[in-house]
Amino acid sequence: MSFLSRLKPRGGVHPEGRKASSADTAIRAMPLQQRLYVPLQQHIGAPAKPVVRVGEKVLAGQLIGAGQGNISAPVHAPTSGWVTAIGDHPAPHPSGLPAATVIIEPDGEGRWIEADVPADPFALAPDDIAARVGAAGVVGLGGAAFPSMVKLDASRKSGVDTLIINGGECEPYLTCDDRIMRERAAEIVSGIRLMQRAVGAANALVGIEDNKPEALAAMRAAAAATGVEIRAVPAMYPMGWEKQMIQVLLGREVPAESRSADIGVLVHNVATAWAVQQAICLGRPLVSRIVTVSGGAVAQPANLEVPLGTPVQALYDACGGFNARPARLVLGGPMMGHQLTHTSVPVVKGTSGVLALTQSEIGLTQPAPCIRCSSCVRACPVGLLPLEMAARIRTDDLAAAVALGLKDCIGCGSCSYVCPSSIPLVHYFNYAKGELMAQARGKLKQEATKKLAAERSARMERIAREREEAAAARKAAKEAREAAAKEAAARAATTEATA
Amino acid sequence: MTPLAHSPHAHAPTSVSRIMATVMLALVPATLFGFWLYGWPAVYLWTVSLLAAVAGEAAVLRLQQRAVKPALLDGSGVLTAWLLALSLPPWAPWWIAVVGSLFAVIVGKQVFGGIGQNVFNPAMAARVMLLISFPLEMTTWVPPMSQLPGMLDSLAVTFGGTQLDAVSSASLLGHVKTEFTRGLDLQQALSGHYSPLQALWGERSGSLGETAALLILLGGVFLIARRIITWHAPVAMLAGVALPALLMNLIDPGHYAGPLYHLLSGGVMLGAFFIATDPVTSPNTAAGQLAFGLGCGLLTYVIRTWGAYPEGVAFAVMLMNAATPMIDRYVKPRIYGRTRKGDILAAQPAKKDAA
Repeated sequence: MSFLSRLKPRGGVHPEGRKASSADTAIRAMPLQQRLYVPLQQHIGAPAKPVVRVGEKVLAGQLIGAGQGNISAPVHAPTSGWVTAIGDHPAPHPSGLPAATVIIEPDGEGRWIEADVPADPFALAPDDIAARVGAAGVVGLGGAAFPSMVKLDASRKSGVDTLIINGGECEPYLTCDDRIMRERAAEIVSGIRLMQRAVGAANALVGIEDNKPEALAAMRAAAAATGVEIRAVPAMYPMGWEKQMIQVLLGREVPAESRSADIGVLVHNVATAWAVQQAICLGRPLVSRIVTVSGGAVAQPANLEVPLGTPVQALYDACGGFNARPARLVLGGPMMGHQLTHTSVPVVKGTSGVLALTQSEIGLTQPAPCIRCSSCVRACPVGLLPLEMAARIRTDDLAAAVALGLKDCIGCGSCSYVCPSSIPLVHYFNYAKGELMAQARGKLKQEATKKLAAERSARMERIAREREEAAAARKAAKEAREAAAKEAAARAATTEATA
Repeated sequence: MTPLAHSPHAHAPTSVSRIMATVMLALVPATLFGFWLYGWPAVYLWTVSLLAAVAGEAAVLRLQQRAVKPALLDGSGVLTAWLLALSLPPWAPWWIAVVGSLFAVIVGKQVFGGIGQNVFNPAMAARVMLLISFPLEMTTWVPPMSQLPGMLDSLAVTFGGTQLDAVSSASLLGHVKTEFTRGLDLQQALSGHYSPLQALWGERSGSLGETAALLILLGGVFLIARRIITWHAPVAMLAGVALPALLMNLIDPGHYAGPLYHLLSGGVMLGAFFIATDPVTSPNTAAGQLAFGLGCGLLTYVIRTWGAYPEGVAFAVMLMNAATPMIDRYVKPRIYGRTRKGDILAAQPAKKDAA
């Protein structure tokens, strides 16, 4: 493979950006709501453990849930107020099932905890930076919400040469990263340099899609003479897939079933860099984020800086409500986001956008038979054969789908997007991945049951054996005793007789 | 509550019927030109083909108790009939079109399970069936613009079985093949029958849509520009015809015609841009399509040059259709992060300086 072909992104689609409606107005602060619903799990990993009691007064930035386990993140109070309840509230998850949530009634004062600000943030030890990022509850704000400290720590230990900051924002509608780069470039660059120090990366590169010229200019100005390199990448979906970004920026390919750190690259989102800067330089934990509110049914699309825990309905209301009947409410971008079940679910750390789409934007059509046009093959950034995989899954031949590379599918939705027959390909793949997971779990369970049964029978055998042995020992002891008694009696009789 | 919709919550402005409509649009110039060259009989034949396909498909769908409307609206049946009509002699009797169209949509497509399921290109399957079953009707050609009959007189040509002896002539490929059997060499056979410029403009005997090579090419380029097809199969097929033609022409110009003659005659252009690019019956990957197109081209040349039939596109395409599942099995894209064999790539260790 030549150098040039390595730098060229594979597959991909060019969905209509539809970003203009929200990209050109400045980030607005979302007004405080009467109640904030702060879920204890807003990240990948173990949920945080509540450390506040009902009725307790909390300050903005105060720890309300402590991270537990290796992969977890703490949760902080978004504003000052009282904890009115700790209980279940619908979570922003496709299931719409309730999850453990701390409910806070703001007092409106917005008083912060006393911040622990280092005199010179850039003099902090690398592991101290990572620890502070972890304590501030910073997670990947691109949507995956993976605890940032875990990535920083692992990369520092394994050693990376390049820190890539993902400013791709390839999902249509979303402009929250675009806006934060335009308005807070200096802070982002500081955050990048802090992370660079935390992992000891020689290079720091920011990849920004070339459809964001203002963001590129702002970042270039802020990064001048800092050693952080800003690079324009072609606008295409899924440019924000970190492996695609690495490919385009560095020409390096991450081996399958591996992480980017395995080839010496660490990737973080631009908004995460901002959160890192806030955590280190201002001592402020992650308690708010920028959310794009957009879609054809939203009256005034905008980017709002939203305290975590704000119900989604309030975001729509703050943007003038709906001016058309929304056919679908979506959390995240249209390509990979999921449908909202309730508008009462709160904004969490991974919420990049809330959309209200009209029928014409979704382009609803009935699925038709596959005509093997192989548009999906051309669109797949991974190099899979979506049409063949879907055909296998339809006949429940999951093993064949896996052999075709099902487990390498990233679920980006490019194939479904271009399919002229409107076949819900990603839906098939996610169903199959779920089935495989259930099968693997079932197998584990079966093995565990088998092991338990084997252990039980071994235990029963042992108990029976021990019982037998004990009985035998008792019998032998008894016989010995009897023999001794007999002998004693006999001896007594003999003595008596001789006496 | 309605079931949750799965991502993506957006869709490209495309559909099967839109694709089929675009392909038909690309065929319009060549078809209109054909009508102008061959007159009303060609119009009638084309119309009968399309009507027969629609009626036949509707009837068969009804027998299968499947929804008729969506299957007809996807436009694939009409397109098949259109392509078949373009490959027929323009003054062929009406029943040739009816039998061919019914065979294409019923045996060629619906028997396999409808759109997307057929192994062979339905239009080519029908053409091959007609050629084998009705060789006389399928090889009776008219030279273009020779005393075109009027609208009513043309009815007699298409529906009345009027004999064509007065005007009939052989197609170029057929003519050359016949002359070879008479012991003439290529130069003698071609004299007065062929000039590349004429072939480009289509002023010669041939089937309805095969002759206007330039307009077919135009339609093909339009489809590539609209991203309905990719360049791989057409270019490979043209190369598959042109390269052996060039080679053999260099070896013995007295017997083997050059590449231009082969590219511009018969159904090579139509085959390359509209038949070899049929999504259903061609491979999935770019590399597979290259192999497929090359095979179509080579087989066409072999059949034309050394086979019994003067024209080989339909046979070549069907043979390659049969090879498509095998090509798809062996030619797969490389998965990201894996080798071609599917093994995990070796990790490139961290570099001190980034690329």
